[in-house]
This record gives sequence, structure tokens and C-alpha cells, in this order.
Amino acid sequence: MNRINKLFQTHKGRILSIYFTAGYPTVDSTAEIIRALEAAGADMVEIGMPFSDPVADGPVIQNSSQQALNNGMSAKLLFRQLENIREQVNIPLLLMGYLNPVVHFGINEFCMKCEEVGIDGVILPDLPPDIYMVEYRDFFEKHNLHNIFLITPQTSEGRIRTIDKYSDGFIYMVSSASTTGARDSFSAKDVEYFSRISKMKLNNNCLVGFGVSNKKTFSQVCDYTSGAIIGSAFVNILKEKGTGSKSIKNFIDAIRK
Amino acid sequence: MDYNVNERGYYDEFGGAFVPEMMYPNIEELRENYLKILNDQSFKDEFSLLLRDYVGRPSPLYYARRLSEFYNTRIYLKREDLNHTGAHKINNTVGQILIAKRLGKRRIIAETGAGQHGVATATVCALMGLKCIVFMGKVDVERQKPNVLRMKMLGADVVPVTKGNMTLKDATNEAFRYWINNPVDTHYIVGSVVGPHPYPDLVARLQSVISEEMKWQLEEHTGRPDPDFIIACVGGGSNAAGSFYHYLDNEKVKLIAVEAAGKGIDSGESAATIALGYPGIIHGSKTILMQNDDGQITEPYSISAGLDYPGIGPLHAWLDKSKRASYENATDTETLEAAFQLTRLEGIIPALESAHALAVLGKHKFKKDDVVVVTISGRGDKDMVSYIKYMEEKNF
Ligand SMILES: Cc1ncc(COP(=O)(O)O)c(C=O)c1O
Repeated sequence: MNRINKLFQTHKGRILSIYFTAGYPTVDSTAEIIRALEAAGADMVEIGMPFSDPVADGPVIQNSSQQALNNGMSAKLLFRQLENIREQVNIPLLLMGYLNPVVHFGINEFCMKCEEVGIDGVILPDLPPDIYMVEYRDFFEKHNLHNIFLITPQTSEGRIRTIDKYSDGFIYMVSSASTTGARDSFSAKDVEYFSRISKMKLNNNCLVGFGVSNKKTFSQVCDYTSGAIIGSAFVNILKEKGTGSKSIKNFIDAIRK
Repeated sequence: MDYNVNERGYYDEFGGAFVPEMMYPNIEELRENYLKILNDQSFKDEFSLLLRDYVGRPSPLYYARRLSEFYNTRIYLKREDLNHTGAHKINNTVGQILIAKRLGKRRIIAETGAGQHGVATATVCALMGLKCIVFMGKVDVERQKPNVLRMKMLGADVVPVTKGNMTLKDATNEAFRYWINNPVDTHYIVGSVVGPHPYPDLVARLQSVISEEMKWQLEEHTGRPDPDFIIACVGGGSNAAGSFYHYLDNEKVKLIAVEAAGKGIDSGESAATIALGYPGIIHGSKTILMQNDDGQITEPYSISAGLDYPGIGPLHAWLDKSKRASYENATDTETLEAAFQLTRLEGIIPALESAHALAVLGKHKFKKDDVVVVTISGRGDKDMVSYIKYMEEKNF
């Protein structure tokens, strides 16, 4: 069974997934960060594939992506760095990025490589569900990869139901109309959206991403969903405190405590 | 061969709408409504009245006698430079602002390179009393100063973008991000035949007035509606799309699109997408784009801010692949020479973008009685700093 499904079977909430940009702050910190995250108690890791034009990202991840590219990160190098990752960690690993580098890599080759190194899912915000179903699904399924779809407060109920039908693994709930970036708390309106989706009783679990940054925002989303994805706030920690396992542990503990 | 967009938003294999879910409701709203609005009689009446009385259409088709003598053929200039605000860009913004109003939007955003699209957007926003925010790369803010000042005078907020190469691609990224963060009430007036479906088709239709007029104007001048050649510059490709539109199915009319070669195709400083690019996805569209081995979009370069873009509209990707149009390019130097040639032979100072189209005239062997239409997409006022620098270098 795919590790993502297994995670949701064994953990019934308060799931914490952490995003970081591969190649940031230094080009060879990828495996080290993943190991530290598992040791610190993260349930899942999203490895960002840096892209030159990350239109869904706010300033923090734009900067980490640019720095990672300047450091020489690429899809080829990332797969090389992940070659032995499954000897080191057991938690589900996803790749998150933009469609163009994947298309350029070759979709079949990309999915093959993912399976080879032990990737469980892929998040490509600019790959629309209808195109995924027609052009990409076969490749993903052949290589036991889940494609994770996004929904937002503006996504209609009908479309959410369709996306729920297409999804396996989990649904990525974008917290509000925004690009990525840390927020201190969610508004009543945001919470109302979490609650509205929760009442829809979808087949898939939902994780909230974009804006979750600390204990408060994590608790707010956990009241209604299976957990959260933290990106920008963690990238900021890497920037300020480096990749040491101690500061990573402190960060996770502060959110979970 | 079919050159129209299909129901799924594709020109054969190119096009589509590769947008994050955050943008989907806005794109979908536009997709559902744009044809209905364009075909609505009240829209048609309002649009054509504004094009006539506000933009100053039809734009003249001018027989360039001395330029024709020089190249020993018959050259006609489609004078989009004479439009209000100085370029073809206003055809599109007038149309889109009417659509935005019908969709109940209160705020307009736009990206701009040369500043012509920004000025054209700020202008129609002033005309309709809508709030206007224009994203512009910081490099372009500096090299197109007069247009920045015009936008400000027109009441627009100009946001300098300091990311990446600080040119058109980066300005477009920022406009996308703004729209993601402000999905309600805002319409994004894309300035060329780029972006997710329906933008390429919408903008091509709004610019198609160029070739619609060309037909009857040529008939008046020459006795037949069809030229032998149409030449236009391409950044994203909207003035070329408008110039080609009504001739696409008439394969006797040869279509030539001219990209910016910058310092030369092999110099590493170029914006000639068709010459240097590969298929991929840029700004929500599957098309040809300049990218490296890792699929990272590369930074383009051109002396002309309006052509300084690493992608090209999906229609053009298809016209190239199907060989319906030929994609050529001109370097900065060839372009400057062509601009001065037009100025000295005809008394017309073209925009640097438009001068790229003129720069290939000498590379073709036209027959004496060939009818060659060159679209002068804009006027050169905004480029005076570059032109003066060139004059100083050449001791004119
Ligand atoms: C005068 C002029 N011509 C051409 C262009 C290029 O745009 P397009 O290729 O969409 O016509 C611009 C863009 O700024 C422009 O200002």
C-alpha cells in the first residue's frame, strides 16, 4: 500500500506535513533535512522542486527556490540525492513543484524515477484535474504515485466532489485566497471554510496548507481537518537557524506541544 | 488546416489552461462568458463606437512610396502607431474593459513590458472609472520612463517588480500572484495572445480588427483584398495575431512573424522563442518557451522591452509547427538600422518592437508587384532614449 494511505489509516488527525525547497539553504542538505524531520516527528515531507517562475508562491518560497537554483539544484540532481533515502526514512515523501520541469524531464521518466527512489505522491499546482485524468493518470498509477489536488475557498461544491472522486491520498486544502506564506492566525471566515469542507464528509482526508505556521494555526485547522502542511514558516527556520536537527526538532515540538 | 482554437482551448497541441486551482474560478468565469459577450449586439456596438471615436480607427493603411522604391516592391504600412496611446495594445484593452464591466469587476490589473499595454490599460480604466494596478519589471520601469509617467498621470498604480530579470515575464508572474490573492472583483487584462485559455483567443479576436480593416483598405488601394505578404513583430504575438487573423485560411497570403534576436541567436542574449525554445508550459499555456536542460525558464534579452519575453502565444506555436507562418528574427542592430531607415525615408518613427518587422524586409527577394503589408504596431516616442544613444554612437 502507498505510504500516504497507510499514514491516514494509522493516524486519525493532527497530521503534520512539512515542506522545504530542495537545494536550500545549501545544495546538498536534502537528505539531512528529511532525516531530521522524521526524527523530530513530522508525519510526512513535501520536497519542493525549485522552479524559476513559482507563480503560486509568496516571497519566502520564491526566494528559497531562486537560491536553490543558484546553488545548482535540478530534478536530475534531486533524484540522485534521493537514491538511498528509503534506507534512511519511512514516512511518506512527496515532490511538490511546477509542471514545466516535469514535462521537460518527461512524464513517464519522472514517474519512474519517483517510484525508483520511493516517492509516494506529487503535488503540481498548475496541473489541472481534467488534464491529469486524461494525460497523466496512467503514468502515475503505473508507478504507484498519488497526484494531490488542491481546493480553495472559491472552489465550487460540485468541483470539490469531482476532485474528491479523482483523488487518492489526500486533498490539499489551500487555506484562503493566497499564494504561499506564513500567517499568525486564521480569521473567522477561514475557519468557516474549514468547517464547511469538514461537513461535506469527503471520501478523502484533507490537509490544510498555505498560511499554517505555528501552534495556533495548526490547532485551528486540526479542529476541522486531518492536519496541516507547513512550508514558508519552516523555510524561514532553515534560513535563520540552518539545517541542524536540534532547531528542526524545536520547531516541530513548538507546533505539536 | 484549422487555425482556430478548439472547444478545449487548444490550437492543435498548444494552448490549454494550466492554472493553479486558486485561479480556476476567474479563468472559468471568463471562459464561460467571453464568447457570449463578444457576440452580444450591445457589446459590438459599444466596442466599435469606441474604436472609431476614442481609438481613432480605422488606422490608416499607408502606401510607403520611398520605402517601396528602396526595396523595389510595393510596401503598405498598417499604422497602429496612430492609435490613441500609440500602439495596437488599445484595441485589446478597450474590448477587455467592456468585458470586465459586464462581469461586474471593479479593479483591473495588467502586466506590461514596454509600458504600451500598461498605458492602454490605465487609459481605459480612467475612461471607465475603474481602479488600475500595473505590474512592470524594474528594468522596464527604467528603460520606458515616459510610459511610467503616463500611467501615473492616468491614475494607475505602477508596481515595479524586482524579481528575476525584472522584465515582462516577472511582471506577469506578479500579476498572476496578485490575482490569486485577490480573486474577487478583479479582472486581469492580459496584454497579448498569451496566458491560459481563453486569453489567447480573446485577445486575438479583439486584435483581429487590424486584418479586418486591412482587407477593405487593400481593396481600395490595389483592387484586391489580399496582400502577398504580411509582416509583423512578435513578443507574445498579439499584433501579429491581429494582422494575420482574417487571412489564416487564405494560404496564398504568406505570413511572416519577426522575433527579437537580441544580440544574436547564439549570443545567449536573445528573445527569439521559436528559434531557441522547446514545448512546455509558461503562464498557464502549453506553448514554445525558452528553457534550460532542467525545464527552468531562461531569461530573455532584447533591446525592445515589448519583445523581451521567453514565451510566445500558443496560436503562434501552432502556426510555426504547421508551417502556416514563418518565424524569423532580427537583432538589436538590424532593428535600429531599420528604425532609422523608416524615419529618414518616410518620416515615421516606429516603436523598437515594430522596427523588428521592418528589419527583415531586406532579407527577402520580393517581386516588383508584390504587395507587402508591414504592421507598424506602435510609435517610437517611448524609445527616444535608445534612439538618441544610437545616434550618438553612430555620430548621426
Ligand atoms: C509597439 C509594440 N509592438 C509590439 C509589442 C509586442 O506585443 P505583441 O507581440 O503582443 O504584439 C508591444 C508590446 O509591448 C508593443 O508595445
